[in-house]
Parts: sequence; C-alpha cells; structure tokens
Amino acid sequence: MPTVSMKVNGQSVSHDVADNTLLVTFLRETLGLTGTHIGCDTSQCGACVIHVNGASVKSCTMLAAQADGADVTTIEGIANGDDLHPMQQAFHENHGLQCGFCTPGMIMSAIELVETNKNLSEQDIREGLEGNICRCTGYHNIVKSVQDAAQRMGG
Amino acid sequence: MPEGIAEGIGASVRRKEDKKFTTGKGRYTDDINRPGQLHAFFIRSDVAHAKIKNIDTTKALKSDGVAAIYTGEDIAADGVGGPICGWAPTNRDGSAPKEPPHPLLANGKVRYVGDHIAVVIAESMEQAKSAAEQVKIDLETLAPVVDLSTAIGNTQIHDEMDDNVYFDWELGDEKATADALGSAAKVIELTVTNNRVIPNAMEPRAAVAEYDETNESYTLYTSSQNPHLTRLVMAAFMMQIPESKLHVIAPDVGGGFGSKIYIYPEEAVCTWATKKLRRPIKWTANRNEAFLGDAHGRDHINKVKLGLDQNNKIVGLRVDTLANLGAYLSAFAMVTPTYLHGTLLSGCYDIPTIYTNVKGVCTTTVNVDAYRGAGRPEATYLLERTMDYAARQIGMDPAEFRRINFIPKDAFPYQTAVALQYDIGDYETPLNRALEMIDYKGFEKRRDEAAKRGKYRGIGLSSYIEACGIAPSAVVGALGGRVGLYESAVVRVDPTGTVSVFTGTHSHGQGHDTTFAQIVADKLGIPIANVDIVHGDTDRIPFGMGTYGSRSLAVGGTAISKALDKVIEKGKIIAAHMLEAADSDMEFKDGKFAVAGTDKEKSFGEIALSAYVPHNFPHDKLEPGLEETAFYDPLNFTYPAGTHIAEVEIDPATGVVELVDWACCDDFGNLINPMIVEGQVHGGIAQGVGQALLENAHYDENGQLLTASYMDYCMPRADNFPSLQVDYTVTACTHNDLGVKGCGEAGAIASPPALINAVVDALSPLGVTDMTMPASPEKVWRAIQNAQTKAAE
Repeated sequence: MPTVSMKVNGQSVSHDVADNTLLVTFLRETLGLTGTHIGCDTSQCGACVIHVNGASVKSCTMLAAQADGADVTTIEGIANGDDLHPMQQAFHENHGLQCGFCTPGMIMSAIELVETNKNLSEQDIREGLEGNICRCTGYHNIVKSVQDAAQRMGG
Repeated sequence: MPEGIAEGIGASVRRKEDKKFTTGKGRYTDDINRPGQLHAFFIRSDVAHAKIKNIDTTKALKSDGVAAIYTGEDIAADGVGGPICGWAPTNRDGSAPKEPPHPLLANGKVRYVGDHIAVVIAESMEQAKSAAEQVKIDLETLAPVVDLSTAIGNTQIHDEMDDNVYFDWELGDEKATADALGSAAKVIELTVTNNRVIPNAMEPRAAVAEYDETNESYTLYTSSQNPHLTRLVMAAFMMQIPESKLHVIAPDVGGGFGSKIYIYPEEAVCTWATKKLRRPIKWTANRNEAFLGDAHGRDHINKVKLGLDQNNKIVGLRVDTLANLGAYLSAFAMVTPTYLHGTLLSGCYDIPTIYTNVKGVCTTTVNVDAYRGAGRPEATYLLERTMDYAARQIGMDPAEFRRINFIPKDAFPYQTAVALQYDIGDYETPLNRALEMIDYKGFEKRRDEAAKRGKYRGIGLSSYIEACGIAPSAVVGALGGRVGLYESAVVRVDPTGTVSVFTGTHSHGQGHDTTFAQIVADKLGIPIANVDIVHGDTDRIPFGMGTYGSRSLAVGGTAISKALDKVIEKGKIIAAHMLEAADSDMEFKDGKFAVAGTDKEKSFGEIALSAYVPHNFPHDKLEPGLEETAFYDPLNFTYPAGTHIAEVEIDPATGVVELVDWACCDDFGNLINPMIVEGQVHGGIAQGVGQALLENAHYDENGQLLTASYMDYCMPRADNFPSLQVDYTVTACTHNDLGVKGCGEAGAIASPPALINAVVDALSPLGVTDMTMPASPEKVWRAIQNAQTKAAE
C-alpha cells in the first residue's frame, strides 16, 4: 500500500492506504473526520464536498492518492475555535439547515462560491449550488444564508 | 414568559442543534464504528419475480475476510420472523386483509428487484462485496407484475393471495352517493394518477448491531424515526427476545420523510447475526440500495366522480382507488391509502355524501408506504385536481368555486361524510390572503406580458386540509390499528434547576431540541440553554411512538406540557410548605412560586434544590425529587389547512416548466417557533414540487427500476425554485393544551395540485385540460404539440 501524505485542516497526516481508497473514505475512516458525508454513489449529491488546495471538490470523485501533497480543508477545519466561519454562522442565523446531513457539503460549496464570485445574485447562488442536493429545506433558507454570508465575508 | 427571556412560545429562536451540524460534529449511524466490527453486504435480486432454485456459497465462503454468509433458510431455521403490519383495515365484506409473510431474507422466491437473497458478512465492506460476487444463485424467472392497472388477477405473487389484492376497503355511503350523483345537475369525471416517488432522505439508512454476552443484550444503532417501535417489533415479532434486552439508539438521523419509520430486513438481519458471530456488525446502504429498497411513496390511480347542483355546490363524491403497495406489506402500507386517505376526501368542502373504495394491490415492485403526508397528499391531489377541472368545465373562477363550497367558519365542529370531525377551521381567510400575496387580480396582465415573450403563464390553486397526530388510541384500535398513538414525556428537574426532557418523538431535522425547549422555557421561565431535549434512545426514554404524521408537537409537545404542569403543581406544594402558606394560595408566574397577593416567593431554582435537599420539605404530602412523567393520548386529530398558489411559465420550444412564484397561507394553529415552521413549509413545498415537476420512480415492463440513481431520478435543486412567500392564519386547535396542529407535511400535501393546476392553466388557451405528474419537459412539449396539431386540423 502506498503512503499518502497531505495537510488536513492545517495538520500534516501520513497513512498507508490502498490504491482504490477514495478521498472521502480516507477522511472518514482513516482520519475519523466524519463531518464529510456520503449521500450517493454517483457524485451528484454534494454531501462530501471539501476544499482541496482551496477549490471545492466532491471527495467521492477523487482517490486519496490523488490528494498526496495537497492542502485539504473539511467542515471540521473552517471554524476558528468557538468562532464559527461566517458561512456556518449564516446557516445558523437563517435556518439554512434541518437534518444537517447535506450541510457540511453545502457550506463548503457555498464558501467557494462566495470567495470566487463577488456580487452574487440570487440566481447565481441557486445555480452555483446546483451540485448540492438538500431534501429538507427547499433551498429557500440556504440561499438566504449564502446571501447573508456573502455580506459577512465582504462580498 | 419572564421579561428578558425571548425564547418562549412564539419566538423564532435560532436552533440549539445547529452548531454540531454546521461544524461536522453530527453523529449519524454511519459515523459510528465499534471495535472488531464486521461489515454486512446484502445480495439482492436483479429480477422482479423468480423462484430461487439454488444458492451455492461454497466458493464465496473461502473468499478473503468472510465471516459468514446467511440465506433465508438460516433465518427460517432460527425461527426469526419478518416485518409486520401496524394496521389492518377490515375488507368491505367483513373479512380480514391478506398479510403474506415477509421473510427477512428471501425464502424460496424473490418478489422485486432489490429483494434480499443473502447477506455476506466480512472483515471489510470490500471483502463482503468481493465474496458476494462468488455466490452462485440459480433463479427460475417468473412473469413480473408491474402495471398497477392490470395487476389484479394477474400472475400470482404470493401463495396466500390468488388475486394480488391485499385488501378491498370502503368508507362512506355508497347508495346515498350514487343517488346524489344520479340526481346531480352535472357530474364531473376524471381519472387522477398519483405518480410513484422515492423518499430520498439524504442520509442513506444504516445499522450497527452489537451483542453483549455478559448481559445477553443487544444494542442497535439505526437510522430510525421511531426507535421504540423498532425495539418492540424486533424483540417481540422478529427475534423473540425480551424487549428489555434490546437497546435501540437512533442517533442523528439525516431526514426521514416516512422512509425511516419502518423496520427493514437489513437492521434485523444485522441484529440477529451479531449474536451468532459475537462481533458487532455494520451495514450502510449506498444510494442505489436506497432507491431499490426504501419504501416508495404514492402510486395511486383514482377514478373520481364529483356531482354538482345548479348552483355549482357539491352534492356528492365517489372515488375508486387502486393503491400499489408493492411486493410485501410495509408497516403502515394498509393505513396510508385507507384511513389516512379516504377520511380526507371531504377536504375543506361541505360535501353531503361521499363513498370511496380502495383496493390495495400487490405488484413485483418494492414496498410502498407512507411518504411525507401519507395518504393525505394523494387525497388532496385527486380532490384539488378535480376541483380545478370542474371549475374549468363549468366556467367558474377556481377560487370562487372553492369559496362557495368551503365549510363555513361558523359550522365547526364539522362532521364530514367520511368519519372525521373537524374541530375548528377557517378556510376562506387563508385563501383570500394567498390570493392577495400572489396578486391574483393582476394575473391576466402577467399572462399577457409572458405571452409577448413567447411564454405560457399559468396560475394554480390548492386548498387543502390534513389530519395530523393520529388519535385517539381507542379509535385507532377500533379501525384496525395495532398500536396506540399517544406520546410520552419525562421532565427531569435537576437540583440546580436545569431540566432534561425525555421525549418519545424523534427529531431528524424538525428542530425538536429547540421547539420543545421553548415550551419548557415558556412554562418554567428558564433559559433554553438550561434545557436538554433527549430523544432517540430506548434506554433513556420510557416509551414513544416516534415522529411521523406531523404528530411530534401536537402529541409529543402536549405530553411535555402536561408533564411540566405536574412539575409546577408539585413545586407549588413545596413552595407553600417553605413559605408557610396554603397550597391553594400558591401561583406560579415568571419562574417564581408566589403566595398570591403577597411578595412572598421562591424561585424555580430554590424549589428544585429543596426537592433534592429536602430539609424543609412537605414529607407528609410528597416524595422528594422533581421528575414527572406524562403520557398523552389526544382526543382527536388536528386539522391544519390553507391555500397554496403556484405560478409557472412554460417555454413552448422546450416544454420546460419554470416555477416563477409561490404564495401560501397556512393555518397550523399556534406557532411555537415561526422560523422552524416556515422551514418545514419550504421543505414540504419543495418535495411536492419535486413530485409534480421532476420526480418519478419508473419501473420498466420487466420490473427493473430505471430510476435508481441521481443520474436518472431527478431531485429538486436550488435552481428549480423561486423565493417562496409564506404566511399564516391561526385558529387554535381546540383539544390540546398548546393549541397547535402540526406543520411538517402541509407543504407536500398542498403543493402538487397547485403546481399541476398552474401547468394546466398555462396550457388551457391551447385546449389542454389535464396533465399527469411529473410535468416533465417532454410531456409538456408533447401536450403543446398535440394541442397545436388538433387546432390546425
């Protein structure tokens, strides 16, 4: 088994993993970072979205080995101690979550969306989150959360 | 509520449970791993209907990491039973319904694609899957039975049932209805199909089972909406073990929508096998298994006849329904199309006579059971489609046609022709408010403006009623229910005045941690930070019926309220003793026990401490401690109602339906947390719009599910919706302490007919009068083409 090394939430990790280990499995099973979820088998639901070198990635579409040397951030790594990331805070303030299962992926996608797009319109947000499925909220409050976070993040 | 604590009833308090979920600290079943655990993989049938001639596991058993492979014979040899039905309605000829057995692993026959043939248990999931490929299964295929309309009397699926009819049920007065329709000025006839959908909670189902030899007990972590029912059924009917020896924990659960009410074979097989192997066993469904194996929803065909008099008042309604229940009977499969459907056929309307006949039909497809709304969306869809169709036939404005047929607000309590007695309601106020919100009067201008852009614009209404919090238990029992439908609550006050509430309902997105804490905060005058809501654990909670049917607040919340009342009553007696006053002079207000008319008082915290340090305590009247239990069995259902209005635009070139506006006004009685209620409405609308516009479970003629992944099953996405306008009116429920009705399913009940009525309205200038769900681009485009061809002829 090859050794895979990467930085996850600021910490260097190094583990032997099978060639076919998905990055999401590596995070959940090897590192115990269970905040990243698996909601489908076809890379469509977005529950597993994380950031790899700053870009949002569906971690079920990537092998752990492909992240060798990368800088990985998961939902567990975006708050600063007890201070939530503005996107986390905005989801809380705007009731942007219900069962919470899609939430980590939704927040990670939304952060990249806001960071890479200034002056997002409501339609931009709706289209930008097309790769994340939520069954609970009807998206209304997720969109509001992202609009609020964009303000908080100086967008 | 004491001043300064804006966390009581009616406040949009931000949710207590959010922090764990937004930081990735939620704990779902698949996040749980036990030392030494094995992994289970289920081998499923890839054909719809077949005899199992042989299963050869010889080679697979030698595969790396395999601990065991079990088949239906092993289950049968141990006498382990299968899932049972929670409700058995009586047939119209007085006989009992047919309930063919549902083995945990197929025994002799498979009856749908996805049916469980064997389980492979191995050190890792990869090894289990790899070994599964080595299992040789010899099947003799039989004719599938897929089409609902021709399933009755087709190829026999179960030995116990020669016609593929589980039950043949009726409600209402057949003769009076026939007479009313016979003498009606006009009879509107319509066939209404409710398409089959797949619940798709985002968390796939999962189970981790563990046997403890020292206590001879089992622990099961499972993604369940009702852990106590899981324990009861699994212990008493499947495993036949003492109920006290099975500890069921439903930790964080990622959505349910009905699909996680039921006890499925996977968690039962894991629980059975963990004792055999003396190792923890874990199973997590992948999404494909969720599509194939989770109970589906809806799937009805209805023939509707609605009679009107000369003034367009409804004189009678007859509905004949075929309900596809799939290959085996799921727990609530028989109540969903009967007592949760037939009883709702009066809707918001004053209908003198109604008759309905429902046949529950067996097909070689996966089980169909309650899905968000459970019978009530199906009833509402057929009624509201028919109301709209009728309004067009008679040339009347659909809002006005509804208005003249509404039960007037001074007619409550109102006895319907189909058994229910509505306690309170006012249907015209929410209709008028929703019309105002969407600017109904200005619609024709918007239609004209859209036409200039080459789009067809339409508007559609749906006025619904639902019945939440099934009850009372005695009536449930008389109608064939095999469970009670009360709820329990324990309120435990600690010596320092903090409070834990143990509820038998289960929160999987509904926000009980917050809403229930608000009830406590409101009644006891303490901050919600001092309140913990405990759910989902059979060892910690006395008993519970779980969460479904929008029952949690109306039934579970009322149980909490009653337990709190007992705490306050006990507190008054303690305080009276400490203040040397008469018990009857005590009042509790703003978190303080006071002697009426004086400034003598004790804080809630002082009384809590005194209850546990009972130095100065009325020992002659009370036991120490401050913990109270209440079991609440409601007197009646609650009846939320309202009007939803959809506005759509259709592009004739592509057939794509764009939802451009939504306005709704609902009456849920009193609101505890309006923010959470609004979120429930949004989510319900999205699920209903999904069904009406995008979603469809499609089996081909061989019984293969063609929509078994997110590649093929179209889930609603953020860009399918506009912002949703939500408002409320309030008529408080008359028979529970909180005056609440429930809000979890309303959106999903109201929205499909509103959407389809809007699509039909948009296409009505072309002569289109009907549209089936989902209104997919292809279907809409064809309807436009056909209409244009007809017009040209």
